[in-house]
Amino acid sequence: MTELSMPTKPALESQAPDGAMPATRINASSRFCATTGPAKWLLPLLLLSALTIAPFIGAGSAFMLSLLARAMILAIAALGLSMLVGGAGLASLGQAAMLGIGAYSVAILDLNGITEGAAVFPVAILAGGLFAFLTGLVVLRTNGIAFIMITLAFGQMTYFLASSVSSLGGDDGYTLYGRTLLFGSKVLRDRLVFYFVCLGTMATVWMILAALLESRFGRVLRAARQNPIRVQALGLSPYPFRLLAYTVSGAVAGLAGGLLANATAFVSPAALSWGRSAELLFMVILGGSGRLAGAVIGALVMVLLEEILAENLTYWRLLYGPLLVAIVLIRGGEFGRRKRHA
Amino acid sequence: MPDPLLHLVGLTKRYGGLVVVDDVSLSLESGEIHALIGPNGAGKSTLIGLISGTVASDGGSVRLDGRDLTGLPLHRRARLGLGQCFQVSSIIPDFSALENVALAVQARLGRSFRFFRAVRDEPAFNRPALGFLNDVGLQERANVPAMMLSHGEARQLELAVVLAQQPRVLLLDEPLAGAGAEETAHFVKLLNRIRHHFGILLIEHDMQAVFALADRISVLAQGRLIATGDAASIRAHAEVRAAYLGEDELA
Repeated sequence: MTELSMPTKPALESQAPDGAMPATRINASSRFCATTGPAKWLLPLLLLSALTIAPFIGAGSAFMLSLLARAMILAIAALGLSMLVGGAGLASLGQAAMLGIGAYSVAILDLNGITEGAAVFPVAILAGGLFAFLTGLVVLRTNGIAFIMITLAFGQMTYFLASSVSSLGGDDGYTLYGRTLLFGSKVLRDRLVFYFVCLGTMATVWMILAALLESRFGRVLRAARQNPIRVQALGLSPYPFRLLAYTVSGAVAGLAGGLLANATAFVSPAALSWGRSAELLFMVILGGSGRLAGAVIGALVMVLLEEILAENLTYWRLLYGPLLVAIVLIRGGEFGRRKRHA
Repeated sequence: MPDPLLHLVGLTKRYGGLVVVDDVSLSLESGEIHALIGPNGAGKSTLIGLISGTVASDGGSVRLDGRDLTGLPLHRRARLGLGQCFQVSSIIPDFSALENVALAVQARLGRSFRFFRAVRDEPAFNRPALGFLNDVGLQERANVPAMMLSHGEARQLELAVVLAQQPRVLLLDEPLAGAGAEETAHFVKLLNRIRHHFGILLIEHDMQAVFALADRISVLAQGRLIATGDAASIRAHAEVRAAYLGEDELA
């Protein structure tokens, strides 16, 4: 906690010149809900509108639709992670495990001839959530570096498991017989439809997580990130709150995995690799871990940047790495910084 | 004879060979202010930690209303009625003053596993919270982020948070450290006003405040309790004078 002294008084103070505030105007601001009123909805609204009209103003090619759909799928998983990192202070390096479990749920069901989305997506969500719940029972008993390492270990466990199951193609991956059906219809094959399914899912997940963070539950979660001792001294154990948040983020990643499998009709252990986990964490940090919108921005920036550079340069990775580092530095290291005014 | 509200029996804490709290027994009645004094390093804060559960004990027991708290974690003890102001103010820095207190109200009223209604505007939490801020004189700073409060205001805020818990026992670890004369007077007045609702265990170096407030005073030196008594007997106690009190403080 540095730079505490602010020369100017906060603007909020001026609302209560005589201390007589109507209860409805009382506004308890904090990190995840520092912005109130219309301003809070501006950035999400802009992003979602831009993505809604993108296919009709130049991003309508099959290639662009696939690329943006992939970015939005990763954004869904990053949203779940953002709630963990910014909301609960849990920087997990194992999020790809739940993403991969969602993807492999689709593959396993496909192998058994089940392709109906009304079954496939709930299974992907439940599988991701269940895995997060069971591993969360263990990992949430640790803190800091130990937490990061254990989430990484569980992630690698699933990676090697997926690589060794031969009926699912092992290292080579598994090609779906067909894309998941939506109530018997094959609409998900249509790129534009799939694009809007991804967009709608992302918007829904975003809204749910935003509501979660501002609820009673979310308030305890945010408080425990900043000062777990105080929360305990108030009579609340942070553990069940963190476990539930971890489970929800796992379920969200599972859902993203289900979509990811459908994006390419192909599932491989790469979806579970620790590099994917690191990528998701980087998206969250890149866009600013203090707000859910950051996860979406981070995912879009990373996927598009990678594509643009890879297309135009042979040794693009030489530039890609330093560029990402530079963006984070210029952004002022949002990670861990406390946001006061938005 | 009924159990005292808070009853410590033979509490002991060792760090390696160093005995920090040595076989301390004392009691606290409801409505009583029991001050704990002693030189720096006497083990006062460790003793508070043993009571609240932030420090694990090596022996002895803590009983609240006859119920054994030994071995229970911090949050369970808090639920059973222990409220604590830490030596260094422990608040949620990003939350506004109001939200800090509202969280305490929320924790007391329960049902924190509610997911979709924005908590910020819940009058069931905010209204009582504003009342507690009012009690400590911080109502005009309700919307200020806690991290922007002055040192003294942060102490007041923590007290409001702990009052909002409506505990049965208040553990106050140097609430007046760094406070000016005016703040001290305000605090003494406040504590006198609310003292009947709780048992209060007060660690404080400001002897004027201790003598003004305490029903009983216990003196801790090198981890051991060397005296317990009312203000007059503590002033007169030879061993206490030797261990702690300067002549000028007694004048």
